[in-house]
Amino acid sequence: MRPAQVHDRRRRGAMPRWASVALMLLAALALAALMLYRMLAGSAPPEGIPEATRNGLVFQVGHVFALGQLSDFLWYALAALTVGSAAGVAFSRNIIYSAFSLLGTFLGVAAMYVYLAAPFLAITQVLIYIGGVLVLILFAVMLTSHIRDVKISNASLGVGPGVVGLAACAVLLGYVGASTPWEALGKPQMMDQAQALGDGFLSTYLLPFEIASVVLLATLIGAVVIARRDDPATGKEG
Amino acid sequence: MLAVGLPHFLVVGALLFAFGAYCVTTRKNAVGILMGVELILNAANVNFVAFGHYAWGGIHGQAFALFVIVLAAAEAAVGLAIILTLYHHFKSIDVTRAERLRD
Amino acid sequence: MPHTVEILWAWLIPAFPALGAFVNAAFGKRLQDRFGKAIVHAIAVGAMLAATAVAWSYFALLLGQPPEDRYLHDLVWHLFAAGSLRVDLAFALDPLSMMMTLIVTNVATLIHIFSIGYMAEEPAYWRFFSYLNLFVFSMLLLVMGSNFVLMFFGWEGVGLCSYLLISFWYTDLDKAKAGMKAFVVNRFGDFAFVIGLFALLWGLGGSWTTTKAGGLGLRDVYEASPLYVPFHDGATAAEAEALTPMRSGVAVGPTVDFRELREEILTPGTGVLQHLKGATIFGFPLIAFVCILFFAGATGKSAQIPLYVWLPDAMAGPTPVSALIHAATMVTAGVYMVARLNFLFALSPAAMTVVAVIGTLTAIFAASIGLFQVDIKKVLAYSTVSQLGYMFMGVGVGAYWAGCYHLLTHAFFKACLFLGSGSVILACHHEQDMRKMGGLKDHTPITRWTYAAACVAISGFPVMSGFFSKDEILWKTFTTQNLSAPWIGPVLWFVGLVAAGGTSFYMWRSYYLTFWSGEYRGASHDDHGAHAVAAAHDDHAAAAHGADDAHGGHAAHGDAHGHGHTPHESPAVMTYVLIVLAAGAFFASFLGLPKAWGFDPVLERFLEPVTGASAAFVHFAEPGKALEFVFMLISVGVATVGWLFAAWLYRSGENPAPALWLARYAGIHRVVFNKYYVDEIYAATVVRAGMVIKDLAYWFDQNVIDRAVNFAAWIVRFVANVDGAIDKYLVDGLVNLVAELTLAFGRGFRKLQTGRLENYLVGALAGALVFVAVNYLIH
Repeated sequence: MRPAQVHDRRRRGAMPRWASVALMLLAALALAALMLYRMLAGSAPPEGIPEATRNGLVFQVGHVFALGQLSDFLWYALAALTVGSAAGVAFSRNIIYSAFSLLGTFLGVAAMYVYLAAPFLAITQVLIYIGGVLVLILFAVMLTSHIRDVKISNASLGVGPGVVGLAACAVLLGYVGASTPWEALGKPQMMDQAQALGDGFLSTYLLPFEIASVVLLATLIGAVVIARRDDPATGKEG
Repeated sequence: MLAVGLPHFLVVGALLFAFGAYCVTTRKNAVGILMGVELILNAANVNFVAFGHYAWGGIHGQAFALFVIVLAAAEAAVGLAIILTLYHHFKSIDVTRAERLRD
Repeated sequence: MPHTVEILWAWLIPAFPALGAFVNAAFGKRLQDRFGKAIVHAIAVGAMLAATAVAWSYFALLLGQPPEDRYLHDLVWHLFAAGSLRVDLAFALDPLSMMMTLIVTNVATLIHIFSIGYMAEEPAYWRFFSYLNLFVFSMLLLVMGSNFVLMFFGWEGVGLCSYLLISFWYTDLDKAKAGMKAFVVNRFGDFAFVIGLFALLWGLGGSWTTTKAGGLGLRDVYEASPLYVPFHDGATAAEAEALTPMRSGVAVGPTVDFRELREEILTPGTGVLQHLKGATIFGFPLIAFVCILFFAGATGKSAQIPLYVWLPDAMAGPTPVSALIHAATMVTAGVYMVARLNFLFALSPAAMTVVAVIGTLTAIFAASIGLFQVDIKKVLAYSTVSQLGYMFMGVGVGAYWAGCYHLLTHAFFKACLFLGSGSVILACHHEQDMRKMGGLKDHTPITRWTYAAACVAISGFPVMSGFFSKDEILWKTFTTQNLSAPWIGPVLWFVGLVAAGGTSFYMWRSYYLTFWSGEYRGASHDDHGAHAVAAAHDDHAAAAHGADDAHGGHAAHGDAHGHGHTPHESPAVMTYVLIVLAAGAFFASFLGLPKAWGFDPVLERFLEPVTGASAAFVHFAEPGKALEFVFMLISVGVATVGWLFAAWLYRSGENPAPALWLARYAGIHRVVFNKYYVDEIYAATVVRAGMVIKDLAYWFDQNVIDRAVNFAAWIVRFVANVDGAIDKYLVDGLVNLVAELTLAFGRGFRKLQTGRLENYLVGALAGALVFVAVNYLIH
């Protein structure tokens, strides 16, 4: 690590603490005002949503988010966070920064899930990716001590061809995704489908579900076996 | 501003994928490659859920995404175990060193 | 549906004997070696006393209920369920099973006590008591089980114990063979029983779905039900209802529970009764089919024609075993079963007729064989077969309570007779031939008087219980209107009456030959060698004399044996049991004093909740009391004739008539004495057929199957050789060619493989992108 540099970055990049608190308060107030407006305006909620779901927090939040511009604006902000963090992962020279950028990407994707009416998935994303995978990666980074070795983080393909490939990939896929006339459903419902997911895993997806559990077991065993140290000198397990 | 719809999510997914692919192809650091893979998987997941939400309906997109998450977790565990072993073996996590495995 | 009293501890009744059997089987040998025989019989008799006490306490509870609610039920746990068929480990005590339970526990306790004296010289004392307790356990399962499954378990269990106890002295080949015979003959009956049970379940609609029963017509019944729901996937309450439709408040469908079966059939409006009556199996009425198969099972267990042949041979077992298993309890299982299923049998006059006719034929047939037997236990064995015939007569003509009553009285007097014969055999040093007894009345007074009392009971004098039960059966046989044709009843009555006379004759014959007819004839040593079995047994007893002996009587026995062959009275443990049984045979009279005398038979009232199930189907003529009195007089007259005839022939021992007639009618005597050569006929037919089949199978195996196998092996070898050649030249050549080609390709393409992951990834990604682009452009 280079503590001085980190210190510099913090000093340059970060805003004062009171400012961030104020921003958060503002956001909260804005949200509350919107919900109040929604209630006072008394516009009927969309049809076809069970009563139990209407009173749920997720529905309420989703409903507020569905209020046109604000939610779209928020979405663009989150998308920017996601993509920007991904770029950070890709371009950081220091592997530590890459790892921390990954955190932003994961959070952004979780937010995408919320927008897609998949709160369960969002929670899962936070729990597994951030709580599990990212921590694992950080561990690996810390354990492999040569992280500051410049050579290691050097591009092997070369930055130039890499960027060209990246651009080609992004343009092509983005264009295809944006311009294809997908057959969309009429109006997607903002419904929490956690229960349906649970039912699905025990009926339609039972076999994959079971296989996934076997895979996880195999992974557990495999990871232990692979990571176990064999002492090459004695041939005994260390 | 365009109202957010399916194409927006697809573009986000495409960008995530592109960055992931770049990360995977250009890094020599094994952990970096692993992070690239995670990006790619997340891109796929966003697409799954977006299609499921907008085009397909039901839980199927989410179910696929969940399976992908499960497998990603498994992959990360095994991958990192391999990285640690490699590191232990070569005193480095430079994947080019591991080319010797080919022989 | 009548009220059910749930109880908690009925399982203790069979559990105590089971525990006793286990302890004696597992530790009996060690205990006996260390503490002597007292500990062994203390365990066994203690278990029996405990079981008896529990049984009596539940009897008190049962009596405390109003008659229609007398049904104690103890659900221990659910054994299994399949579809709507549920099988419980549950005990039920209704009046009938209560009566049987009391008979089994009490008589078995007495016989256990008797065995203490009788088996005192037996080295494998523990084994004997273990078997006895195991038998009681099985028998209690049989009579207390609330369903067919438990009953069948007990049914097989008593069969096993019977086998074990008949061949108790298994080193003697004859005894071992007798045990095996009993076992094998019983298998035939048990097979029929099981088939009958399956047919009944089938008739009730199978165990899976109601709609599957469509072929039987039950489907209409179910579909008419407002609760009918077609079978479909997914377990719901509605489906459970469909599996077990409720009609008139009763679950309709297959069941093994006696109570549920009865409710199903008897509750009006369920439609089961109409369905069963209309059902046929292979064109044969289903109820008759089922009942006859059940009865076939009973003929095996209860020694009726044609499966009675094992019972006389079963006398090879120790005498207490003969008394307990082959007179008082096990052999009555068939009668119990028919009485238990009275509501089923009553539906089919054909089955009733079969039961009654077979019973009557057995009664006369066995009685005729008994007339000339010389072995005292064989006489009693045929007498038992004959009396069982009477019981089946009773249940066959629809007088279920009378059959059960005869079962009860018979348990007392026949146990008394058997134990008396055991006492006599012991007195005569394991001599069973009545020609070598005689004059024992002074030597064994208690045995003599109890034996006489039991003879009075069995031959039917109106001072002992046998008269009342037998006469009730005969009267009901005469007046029955439940058989296929009205004339059958009177004919059966006449045959039964003749058999009663025969019974009286042969029982008094055995009494006079044993206890009167001059002086004791067994003293001379000369003819001892002629009876190898008896002699061997004698030696066996003599060898055991070294063992310590707690009872004074046995010391006397040992002394007598040493000094010569003077008969002696048995020890107190044995004589007291005899007295108790004789008293029981007397007091049992009060349970069934006839209506004609102005009484209301206690047992008939008591059993009414069970036998009343068929009351709607069985009918008897009411010719009036006068005729009944006339019939009683006829019965007594016939018995008296038999008695006086026997007394005239055998009492003094000097009447030359028997020997004269024996010479004159030697042919008939030989046929009857040899039991009408039934065993030989069986040997010539059934056994021979089995042997022939065995030989055929063996020949077939040797000559056809072996050759076929060898031929097949040769073909396989030939094919293998051809295949080997093909493999070697054609397949291997191809495989090698492919391998060479692959190698060449590999050499060529190897240059592409740099081993650099990045290169591979780039290639894969580029390919994927191209694919996306092409796909997009095509659309």
